[in-house]
Amino acid sequence: MTNNQPNPYPSIRVLHEDLKNQRITSVELTQQSLQTIEATDSTLNAFLCQCKDSALQAAESHDVAFKRGDDVSPLAGIPIAIKDNINIKGVKTTCASQFLKSFVAPFNATVTSRLNQAGAVVVGKVNLDEFAMGSSTENSSFGVTKNPWDITKVSGGSSGGSAAAVASGQVIASLGSDTGGSIRQPASFCGVVGLKPTYGRVSRYGLVAFASSLDQIGPFTHTVEDAAYLLNAICGHDPNDATSSPQPVPDFTQALSKEIKGLKIAVPEELIGDAIDADIKQHVITALDLLKANGAMWETVSMPSFSASIPTYYIIAPAEASANLARFDGVRYTSRNQTAENLNDMIIQSRSDGFGEEVKRRIILGTFALSSGYYDAYYLKAQKSRTLIQNDFKRVYQDYDVIMSPTTPTTAFEIGAHHNDPLAMYNADLATIPANMAGVPAMSVPCGFSNGLPIGLQIFGHHFDEATVLRVGDAYQNLTDFHLKKLENQT
Amino acid sequence: MSATTAVNYEVIIGLEIHAQLNTQTKLFSSASNAFGNKPNSTVSPVCLGLPGALPVLNEAAVKKAILAGLALHCRINQTSIFSRKNYFYPDLPKGYQISQFDQPICGPGYLEISVSEQTKKIGITRIHMEEDAGKLVHQGAEGIAGATHSLVDLNRAGSPLIEIVSEPDIRSSKEAAIYMATIHELLVHIGVCNGNLEQGQLRCDANVSLRPVGTSTFGTRTEIKNLNSFRSVERAINSEIKRQTEVLSSGGIIVQETRNYDDMTQTTTSLRSKEDAHDYRYFPEPDLPPLVISDRVLAEVKATLPELPQVKRERYKTVLKLSKEVIKVLMGDIQIDHYFNKILHLNSAQKESVAAQDIAKWVVGDVNALLKENGQSFSQTLITPERLLELINMIQSGAISGKMAKSILPKLLTETTPLTAIIEADGGGQISDESALLDVISKILDNNSDVVLKIKNGKTQAAGFLMGQVMKETQGKAKPDLVRSLILAEVEKR
Repeated sequence: MTNNQPNPYPSIRVLHEDLKNQRITSVELTQQSLQTIEATDSTLNAFLCQCKDSALQAAESHDVAFKRGDDVSPLAGIPIAIKDNINIKGVKTTCASQFLKSFVAPFNATVTSRLNQAGAVVVGKVNLDEFAMGSSTENSSFGVTKNPWDITKVSGGSSGGSAAAVASGQVIASLGSDTGGSIRQPASFCGVVGLKPTYGRVSRYGLVAFASSLDQIGPFTHTVEDAAYLLNAICGHDPNDATSSPQPVPDFTQALSKEIKGLKIAVPEELIGDAIDADIKQHVITALDLLKANGAMWETVSMPSFSASIPTYYIIAPAEASANLARFDGVRYTSRNQTAENLNDMIIQSRSDGFGEEVKRRIILGTFALSSGYYDAYYLKAQKSRTLIQNDFKRVYQDYDVIMSPTTPTTAFEIGAHHNDPLAMYNADLATIPANMAGVPAMSVPCGFSNGLPIGLQIFGHHFDEATVLRVGDAYQNLTDFHLKKLENQT
Repeated sequence: MSATTAVNYEVIIGLEIHAQLNTQTKLFSSASNAFGNKPNSTVSPVCLGLPGALPVLNEAAVKKAILAGLALHCRINQTSIFSRKNYFYPDLPKGYQISQFDQPICGPGYLEISVSEQTKKIGITRIHMEEDAGKLVHQGAEGIAGATHSLVDLNRAGSPLIEIVSEPDIRSSKEAAIYMATIHELLVHIGVCNGNLEQGQLRCDANVSLRPVGTSTFGTRTEIKNLNSFRSVERAINSEIKRQTEVLSSGGIIVQETRNYDDMTQTTTSLRSKEDAHDYRYFPEPDLPPLVISDRVLAEVKATLPELPQVKRERYKTVLKLSKEVIKVLMGDIQIDHYFNKILHLNSAQKESVAAQDIAKWVVGDVNALLKENGQSFSQTLITPERLLELINMIQSGAISGKMAKSILPKLLTETTPLTAIIEADGGGQISDESALLDVISKILDNNSDVVLKIKNGKTQAAGFLMGQVMKETQGKAKPDLVRSLILAEVEKR
């Protein structure tokens, strides 16, 4: 397998050269993007809103800069989409919730400001599970986002809109957020690259919080190289986010040496066992063997704490969410129930009307876990379990450069398949949650197809070592062409 | 019912004092912490709890909290943790208050209070930092009852507070009021709180219980919320002691509950019982890393700890020998006190030519009255410490009389020209030129030979009449002690 097919998805590096040499304009790219959305989105439902005017306006100004020969960033003039739980000043941030359907953000998220600074052209905001709670985008108040590879299947979640928009060629890249796998799982389902950076690498300011100690914003792209460009633009310390890290930021595109000789890969038994679909397991082993054939080594390790990661996650994340979502009370910017006759009823009724079922389920779960008399048994125990997961990473990372696994136990499932079984839905995050628990970076890269649906290979790195994760992913894409496969049902 | 032996009860009181820190900006945002602005004008996305907003800790507030801890002899916890205290109310925009729970910034300490000339030590359990809530403004009625609707003002939301929790060491309502006043004085004097009670910058909750004298286990306590003056603390506790005594004496039991105090009726009423108490579901605030105070910062703050009020009061009394009344004025108003100390400092740089009592007399007396009359403040007036000291020095040197200084003082409120020019314009300084005075004195002695004779015969007090004549002639500008000695010398010669 070699990388000599014509690329249906031009990379940011190539587009940047074309823009610089005026072989194409940003306005043309943006119009193409808007036309693709026009043609495909009535089927896919990836976009919750489009910013046509501001996008074309921005594109025009970038074209002027290109014409002048200004030194501009690689992202200048590139059409992208942003998940609708990230603020863009003057644009609605709905979080795919009825409750926030009229909320217009009065300030930019730090990532939005940084992308503006880099010149990216935001064409619109994309769908998600309500408040980023879910694994299929079925929990959106504004309809499910369908999988571009098979529209009877889900696009994954919670960043399903971000993944589908890139997979279908509506935009070159997008941003999502990942609390327990919400970037990597939909990336895997939709056959694109999805990167969750190290916790603290990217500012959360302006991201509507789901679980503050786990949330992290990251990019969706076709290539690992493009992900490096996006990460370059959005990462780095932010004085508005006390949890953002002052760690120095390298140029991640410089890390893509394609060199993997001597790379030591650990594969957790817990993530390659019976819970994983056999075909997926086979594809992942094939991918590992390919890396081995090119100079890396891999072996299985035991990370026993991983077996507790789903229950641990479903205590910590809902606990934090129960507080984070308390600000939506009907008093200020949310919709308000008009029939309530006193303050308590107003708050209760507004929240009952405003939140969807899954969000309510998690608020109740989290409230319970923090309640007096239950705190020690649930929240505190979950924190201890989280420490065990962190310790397992520490131990394995003493001997290995990266950890690899399948991103998901199955490929994209049927829309409605888990409708009456939230636990089955929660299991979709089996392999992705550990990275959030430990705060380490992890990325999903396309590594094959099963019955025509994409499979994702997950690469975990050391804290703040996105460079190695990207280098390995880029080397793998250099050896394979799964990311170049064009959608057949594409118009 | 037959008469039983009346039980004597001991009163056990612990106070929780909330003090607003006088920082420029709020605890977790760069919005202004100033009071009295248009509703909802000193707010940021963080104070409004907007989706996506995140708290960032204000370092100045941390330093003030440490300073308060040091002043109360507390252990400073070099690692402390912020937690979320969860409850719903429209003045709390995030649905939780960021506070500190099981790992506060300051551990145990104490405060010495003075009760009837006796020193008593009150234990401090802890001090923690937290953000204030906003304010509801009820429309159509005084309170929430009867109001048609309520408006929310979030200017105060996010203001930095410290909560100082005392041990149950207080034994009377009077002690409680003294404790609160002593804390107030301390926080104001170390510069961490402006102490304006009307603006709610210092408020207090009182925990009150009774137990039979001689027993050692605590009785059931009630908590009286939101007392915002020394007097209301004393009165509220008195009324609660009375109520609890009546309940216990009639064989009843005290219910653990939160009570409200009404200053109009001077009674407390039940707000909510323990069963109805909120479950605040505290958990560590994931948006803020643990607060770590380095040795360097701790040493830096320690170095800025000013003289504590108790030490200062002792210095005023024993070293400066100031009167009780003067000390009371100085200690009661940090602006006057700062002004006074500034002059003391300038004076010591000038080899202490003026006595501290004289400085205090001018500051607390004439200057204080004059500024009050004219609505000026000590920190802003044109009568700067330098200027007042210069004036006092001129009295000291005899260039002008005290009386003249008093008449010039009002001019200094508006004029910045040199003192000598002002004095000249006012009719010149004091006459201390002997030859000039001798001319006047000779003339007056010539005209009053009978009085001269009396003096010569030993009635020296008659010199007073002659002095009066001289002062009249010189329009009061003659230096009195010089006039007196000159008159006596001249009489001797005749």
